[in-house]
Amino acid sequence: MVSLRTFAFASVAALGLSLAACSGASSQTDGGTVELLNVSYDPTRELYEEINPLFAAKWKEETGQNVKINMSHGGAGKQARAVIDGLDADVVTLALAYDIDEIAAQTDALSKDWQSRLPNNSSPYTSTIVFLVREGNPKDIRDWDDLVKPGVQVITPNPKTSGGARWNFLAAWAFAKQRYGRDAQAQEFVTRLFRNVPVLDSGARGSTTTFSERGIGDVLLAWENEAFLAQKELGEDKFDIVVPSISILAEPPVTVLDGNAARHGTTELAKAYLEFLYTPEAQDVIGRNFYRPTAEAVKAKYARQFPQVNLVTIDGEFGGWQAAQQRFFNDGGVFDRIFEQRR
Amino acid sequence: MIAGSPPRRKTPAAICLIGLALGFLCIFLLLPLLTVFVEALSKGLGPFLEALAEPDALSAIRLTLLVAAIAVPLNVAFGLAASWAIAKFDFPGRSVLVTFIDLPFSVSPVVAGLVYILLFGMNGLLGPVLREYDIQIIFAVPGIVLATVFVTFPFVARELIPLMQEQGRDDEEAALSLGATGFQTFCKVTLPNIRWGLLYGVLLCNARAMGEFGAVSVVSGHLRGLTNTMPLHVEILYNEYNFVAAFAVASLLALLALVTLVVKTALEWRFSYVRQGAGS
Repeated sequence: MVSLRTFAFASVAALGLSLAACSGASSQTDGGTVELLNVSYDPTRELYEEINPLFAAKWKEETGQNVKINMSHGGAGKQARAVIDGLDADVVTLALAYDIDEIAAQTDALSKDWQSRLPNNSSPYTSTIVFLVREGNPKDIRDWDDLVKPGVQVITPNPKTSGGARWNFLAAWAFAKQRYGRDAQAQEFVTRLFRNVPVLDSGARGSTTTFSERGIGDVLLAWENEAFLAQKELGEDKFDIVVPSISILAEPPVTVLDGNAARHGTTELAKAYLEFLYTPEAQDVIGRNFYRPTAEAVKAKYARQFPQVNLVTIDGEFGGWQAAQQRFFNDGGVFDRIFEQRR
Repeated sequence: MIAGSPPRRKTPAAICLIGLALGFLCIFLLLPLLTVFVEALSKGLGPFLEALAEPDALSAIRLTLLVAAIAVPLNVAFGLAASWAIAKFDFPGRSVLVTFIDLPFSVSPVVAGLVYILLFGMNGLLGPVLREYDIQIIFAVPGIVLATVFVTFPFVARELIPLMQEQGRDDEEAALSLGATGFQTFCKVTLPNIRWGLLYGVLLCNARAMGEFGAVSVVSGHLRGLTNTMPLHVEILYNEYNFVAAFAVASLLALLALVTLVVKTALEWRFSYVRQGAGS
């Protein structure tokens, strides 16, 4: 029989262990290393995994300081929400400007004119929305109007939480508007499209795994980079990329959260980190990870990789993100109405 | 005990039902569990071990152990105090306390996480004050610990209350009448009586503390290498097309469940053996 003493010993040992673990955790931050937290959207995992060590090496060379960059990924809306709730990010690199606007509006971490602080609307890379279909394109999907056909299952994340999904939605809208002319018809079209959506994941990566791993759906509305990556990771013989006749220029912006960075004493570092994204070195990594580079020289190098797409812009077609968000995605907006009709 | 009842001949219906139950168990429990291990080892032992030795995986394992090491002792302390009070004393509000102990069982883990966001978030009650003093609760380790403590709250108490109620107060009253102090009574009479039940509660509590996903996911912030527990790390790896690594970490969690199960069964056997021995 196990004696009481053994039992008492075990409890004391467990307590001691927990205390030891506690002290271990608090001594992790040593003096020589600065930490930087980059809160990003869903598909950029591979991109920043490659860029961060490059920047760390460069920063070390320039200042002698070690830098450790921590990453957090998730649907852009969800990430913005977390930052507003107190996730202590130094920089945010999100899927669209509205989510950063929202951070600017609800916290005092950055000023409202943040988007003019870096070149290209603060977007070091751009992308667009394409279709990923199963090998051989069995449902013969060529353009947006094929998505509303009966029997076609469309996979897209939820526009309420995912930035990519909002670009998907607006690209579909832009197509319908150009094809049919009026807003009412565009809404009718998008409603029919969402009737064909069986699953709404909260982020782009969730949708990609739903489509590619769980085998649900006939077509995935995806970031161009996400589509290329799925092909690369899971086999080119499994999926085809279909480029629609019209799509949208997606500009995922980046910015320093001044308030947080100042509190951490990382303002210089955070600025240098984001500026590094515009250097040829980083732009090359960007192109290799299937994001469209913005630096002219690198653009030319990767030009053949990306299909020519007829792109509308958020400012030209929808009057900017503030207006688009108000009209389509806020509570009671067009998306909510569409979703109610869907049921 | 059941051992006393005579063995009966099995009718075809009984055999059918047993077969059905076993088949059901195989398909819904055994098969998925097996798949985890098969997937984890699909590329051989090398990649499996590599995935577990990777720094982010190691830090996830470390964090999970840390959280469990804080949450479980807290639960033991609370569970003991609560069940002691409830089983051995009469006081107003006793049934209210029992109900409150069950609350975390009935509340969805997501709500448990959101509660802490509402409390400690920047727009929450305490957020601005905490920021003033540069204390980070949510999106950091303390938040994860809090959320885990919340969802595992009832385990030890729930295990002990019926046991202590069944045992009554006679032993303690005898000890007290013979001149033992309250503390002596607790250590020498109460604790030995309940130790198997307590160990059992600790085990279940530990399993849940390590495996909790929902509540922890809400408050974690998903910082790789910092606030990712093992269940969260599995999700991240899976989403990064890193299936071998995802299932490797998942198999570690599954292994924990199996160990818990074995120890639990051993304890149950021991428990009934001891009680039977005491009864005869």
